[in-house]
Amino acid sequence: MALLELSDVSVHYGRIQALCGITLTVEQGEVVTLIGANGAGKTTTMRAISGIRPLSGGRIRFQGDDITRLRADLRVVRGISQAPEGRGVFPGMTVQENLEMGAYARRDKKSVPEDFDRVFALFPRLAERRSQVGGTLSGGEQQMLAIGRALMARPRLLLLDEPSMGLAPQFIQQIFRIVTEINEQGTTVLLVEQNARQALTRAHRAYVLETGRIVKSGTGAELLADTSIKEAYLGVA
Amino acid sequence: MHPLTTFLADAWINFDVGSLRDQFWSNTFDGLTYGAIYALVAMGYTLVYGVLNLINFAHSEVFIVGAYAVFFVLSGLGFGPSAPALSIGALVADLLLAMVAAMLVSAAVAVILERVAYRPLRRKGVPRLVFLITAIGASFTIQYLIFIWRGPSAEPAVIMFRPEAVFTVFGADIDDQQLTIVAAALVLMLVADVFVNRTRLGRGVRAVAQDPDTATLMGVNKERVIMLTFLMGGLLAGAASLFYVMKVPSGVQYSGGFILGIKAFAAAVLGGIGNIRGALLGGLLLGVVSNYGQTLLGASQWSDVVAFVVLVVVLMFRPTGILGESLGKARV
Ligand SMILES: Nc1ncnc2c1ncn2[C@@H]1O[C@H](COP(=O)(O)OP(=O)(O)OP(=O)(O)O)[C@@H](O)[C@H]1O
Ligand SMILES: [Mg+2]
Repeated sequence: MALLELSDVSVHYGRIQALCGITLTVEQGEVVTLIGANGAGKTTTMRAISGIRPLSGGRIRFQGDDITRLRADLRVVRGISQAPEGRGVFPGMTVQENLEMGAYARRDKKSVPEDFDRVFALFPRLAERRSQVGGTLSGGEQQMLAIGRALMARPRLLLLDEPSMGLAPQFIQQIFRIVTEINEQGTTVLLVEQNARQALTRAHRAYVLETGRIVKSGTGAELLADTSIKEAYLGVA
Repeated sequence: MHPLTTFLADAWINFDVGSLRDQFWSNTFDGLTYGAIYALVAMGYTLVYGVLNLINFAHSEVFIVGAYAVFFVLSGLGFGPSAPALSIGALVADLLLAMVAAMLVSAAVAVILERVAYRPLRRKGVPRLVFLITAIGASFTIQYLIFIWRGPSAEPAVIMFRPEAVFTVFGADIDDQQLTIVAAALVLMLVADVFVNRTRLGRGVRAVAQDPDTATLMGVNKERVIMLTFLMGGLLAGAASLFYVMKVPSGVQYSGGFILGIKAFAAAVLGGIGNIRGALLGGLLLGVVSNYGQTLLGASQWSDVVAFVVLVVVLMFRPTGILGESLGKARV
């Protein structure tokens, strides 16, 4: 049984169809990446999985249960947590409070301090800026905070929507290293990335999205070697 | 001099600086008392605006319904046009009972209003203007329901106690009524502030105010937060209605919430709408300024005009109010 299963999922924004029946699975323990050009529907896919965008067709299953109509906040309780595109850091809350928001839906409050330690170990910068307000953090710091906050939910499935967006190269390296580290600690990851080469190198499997349809899938290595992928996404002529 | 100018100078813009100087401190203390009431009502506008970006114009009726609860409870307990002879303990117990009743009634009306009038619209995702029209419609609806039930005139006065001076500051008396109202309002606002800033649920409210979608991604139930803000606004408006009846014993009338609601809304905007501490500051300021204006211009009709002139002037220099907009963002 796959951890996450999307079957024939469609999403509309008014008349515009952003997803046209996509089917994908994420197995327990995997890093799966979703790559595609701007406007392909990657963020829409993430929003559909988290439940903040309703489906116009298809089903979503999580741990075997149909969650298609489950309220978004209850999906967090089930173990789906997302660091959204554009970070979504709460501007008026401190780093500490933002991280506490990540643990908002947790039932096991006792282990929250442990996870604070874990997040601060991953991102020492956040520990230094604990009482700084989110809105005044640099872009990179906000990105770390969004990822750390998503981890505070202790998710079974972590959804990362372009975690490397707008970051300097050495930061991007660090973010990808942390994704691998999080995965090795036992969290399944679905990763959306523009940075296709890095993502494919790190991922067990990948899907390629083009204007709302999945046009290719395979292991990271397979897609890295694929000529059409090289041309379209890896900048190799 | 031209007769018109004379007329204007005499009858209209007759600045009575002497009176204002004489009554400055008594105006201040009384203004703070009214301001505390505005502030409590302003909280309801501010909380709902913070999470929904909606001006709940029916909040003035949430407030006046509480005043009716106060009237009925106190009349039932034997209060009437003259102050009752009660021991302090019995009086406090009666007033607390009236306050709790008013808080419950106002909160219930606020929550039902949200369910019946606003939630269906939210589900449909209608434009913001539709919400505004609905709010105005809901305000009229509640007013006229009360009108049909109780008729056009105000209810008989209920006097709770005769205010007595407790001490004198700068030559002006401060009475026990003023002290009660200001102290109780401050405590209630403090509780609300601690709730929003220090508790988990309150953090959920701030999260929805700052970024509703991300708040949902954190597992916050947005619908519950919205209900909670209407509930809190209702509770505070209910408490305010007790103090309002204390100050204006014959003010329980179907349309009695209208002016006070507008002033409380103005107070919320003045302090920075969506900002809890702003509601307090805006309320107190508006109460005091209204009183100065009234004394300076010699007629109570001027008090609201002066208050709004001050509001507009402040907003020209600080478009988002004195403390700035939005729940939590004020801490930046
Ligand atoms: N709120 C919206 N209203 C209307 N159309 C939308 C909305 N959000 C997204 N779309 C459209 O849906 C399509 C998919 O958008 P989506 O954000 O999922 O793309 P994406 O793959 O994440 O792109 P990017 O790489 O630029 O983030 C686009 O054509 C976009 O214009
Ligand atoms: Mg996107």
